[in-house]
Amino acid sequence: MSTAAGVGNVGSATGRRIAWAVLAVVMLFSILPVFWALRTSLSTNSGIILEPSNPLPVEATFFNYERVLGDPPIEEVQAAGGTGGEFSVLLAVRNSMIVATGITIGQVFFCAMAAYAFARLRFKGRELVFTLFLSALVVPPIFTMIPNFLFMRDLQLSLGFTSLDLSWLPGSDKAGWINTFPGLMAPFFLMTPFAIFFLRQFFLGISREVEEAAIIDGAGHMRRFFRIILPMSVPALVTLAIITYVNSWNEFLWPFVAGRDESVRVVTVALNDFKAQTPGTTRPDWTGLMTATFVAAVPILLLFGVLGRRVVDAIQFSGIK
Amino acid sequence: MTTAAAPVAGSDASAEKPKRGKSSVDNDGWKVAIWFLLPSLIGFLVFYLIPTIRAIRLSFQKVSILNPAAATSVGWENYTDIMEDADFWNSAWVTLQYVVINIGIQTVLALGLAVLMSRLTESLIVRATILLPWILPNILVGLLFLFIFDPTVGIVAQVFKFFGFDPIAFLASTTWVIPALALINVWKFTGYTALLFFAGLQTIPKMLYEAGSIDGATEWQMFRSITIPLLRPILALVMVVSLIGSFQVFDVVAAAGGGVQGSPGDPLGKSRVLYLYIYENAFLFQNKFGYAAALATILMIFLTVITLLQLRLLRADQSDLA
Repeated sequence: MSTAAGVGNVGSATGRRIAWAVLAVVMLFSILPVFWALRTSLSTNSGIILEPSNPLPVEATFFNYERVLGDPPIEEVQAAGGTGGEFSVLLAVRNSMIVATGITIGQVFFCAMAAYAFARLRFKGRELVFTLFLSALVVPPIFTMIPNFLFMRDLQLSLGFTSLDLSWLPGSDKAGWINTFPGLMAPFFLMTPFAIFFLRQFFLGISREVEEAAIIDGAGHMRRFFRIILPMSVPALVTLAIITYVNSWNEFLWPFVAGRDESVRVVTVALNDFKAQTPGTTRPDWTGLMTATFVAAVPILLLFGVLGRRVVDAIQFSGIK
Repeated sequence: MTTAAAPVAGSDASAEKPKRGKSSVDNDGWKVAIWFLLPSLIGFLVFYLIPTIRAIRLSFQKVSILNPAAATSVGWENYTDIMEDADFWNSAWVTLQYVVINIGIQTVLALGLAVLMSRLTESLIVRATILLPWILPNILVGLLFLFIFDPTVGIVAQVFKFFGFDPIAFLASTTWVIPALALINVWKFTGYTALLFFAGLQTIPKMLYEAGSIDGATEWQMFRSITIPLLRPILALVMVVSLIGSFQVFDVVAAAGGGVQGSPGDPLGKSRVLYLYIYENAFLFQNKFGYAAALATILMIFLTVITLLQLRLLRADQSDLA
């Protein structure tokens, strides 16, 4: 009976029903915490104390969104249980978008170039260089973060003839590249071992026959790369771009160390700072925090909603690899 | 057509031939390859290789983050100090507890979930829903659960009250903070891990199960003698990756487990995992930058050894299957 559905078989109908119930519970648990943040963001701070287990918004209000997204009068904010020290979520979301977009563009493009070299070019020491690149996978980020921080801080980027003018960047008065967007992107911008490995595997799978015609036409590697390999790899590039974007959006350790200034502060760091400034002991501003948290999740949720199938496929693909 | 193509292919082949030859043509290869590799080579040198060498050098120095130029060489002192550092051993122990709870529960749940899904459905909605926690930033997840575990307004406390128990401040309790943090990451990673296993299960031929059920094997027997052995390579690989990630837990502890500001590693250092301790030494304590580098070096060596051991296990598994 179940073979018709293309999936395995489960003994009895009862067993099947129980299995579905378990799966439903798991799905419910996966959504619940996010739903709970949404519910709390629409409640008041006094409301959630009155009815802590009410699954619907208590004393339903949009004021939390007003104070997290806008700048209402301080008295109203304090009356709602806020500190007035709410950060601008939109600014942090903007910063995250800048950093994540920059990293994604750089990483996907430069790693595609490297992957092409490893998949298609013959040169001495190719396997050695590739293995060396891959070995970077085992290096814990905190290990390289310590010297990277010193490097970024002392970096006065000079190209020999002229010092690059970075004064237009927010926070560029800070030491070196600390508290600048380039500084936040730099460690992930040029390469990650995973991205190169991922694309190389894909390029190796592309039939060489397609390139033969171009080779006969005398196309050089540049043209083969841009005109044949890249267009044929769009699905893999998109998949990698999604993974890179999500990873960059979720990154905390590096921006926490290198980008604390509000002008460049990304969402993860801003949220953590917001929590830290809320006096945790007496009456935390839960509704403000949950509103900010939910707003910060929206871009990722949207991305997931639109590209969910690709993300799921990408995960499963990486599982078989 | 054929006559036209043949000489071209021939000339192409003859042009290819010397490439397999000696170094002169290999250098030719580099002339092209360098342009493709330049950005990633710079990235690798500047952000992986040189920092690795620099971190190891720092680990033999006494350095203040404010003035790294005034570093003094101290030989093995940082390492010998670490061996006698009670806070280090505490953080190692705390991290180990975290890893065992996290990986233990997560792997079992994910495996069960994957088997369940492979028998029931290939629905994208189901897979996307259980993947949702994974796609959210760790910090955000930490904050969600900070609220959920809150002893006064959190929902877990209400469930406790409903069943007549006293609510527990899980994240402020020296006993419960690590299990609670581990469970938070179980929530975050179970669906993801289950999808990896699910992908592995898809590669097991269905006829094996059909043959099994014809022979009258029970579900459990089939699970033990078909699913587990055939899934073992992926099982092992996923566990290596999860294990290494788990040892590096930081974000969730920062957000939900006492955090990195104010009094780090609360409550009473019981949530001060290794990453947090390294961070504190590097950026909060005075003159401990080199010490932090030494701690990070030890962690890196430890993780490398684990990886190599597991990879050897993996290889053994694959030959088993072949």
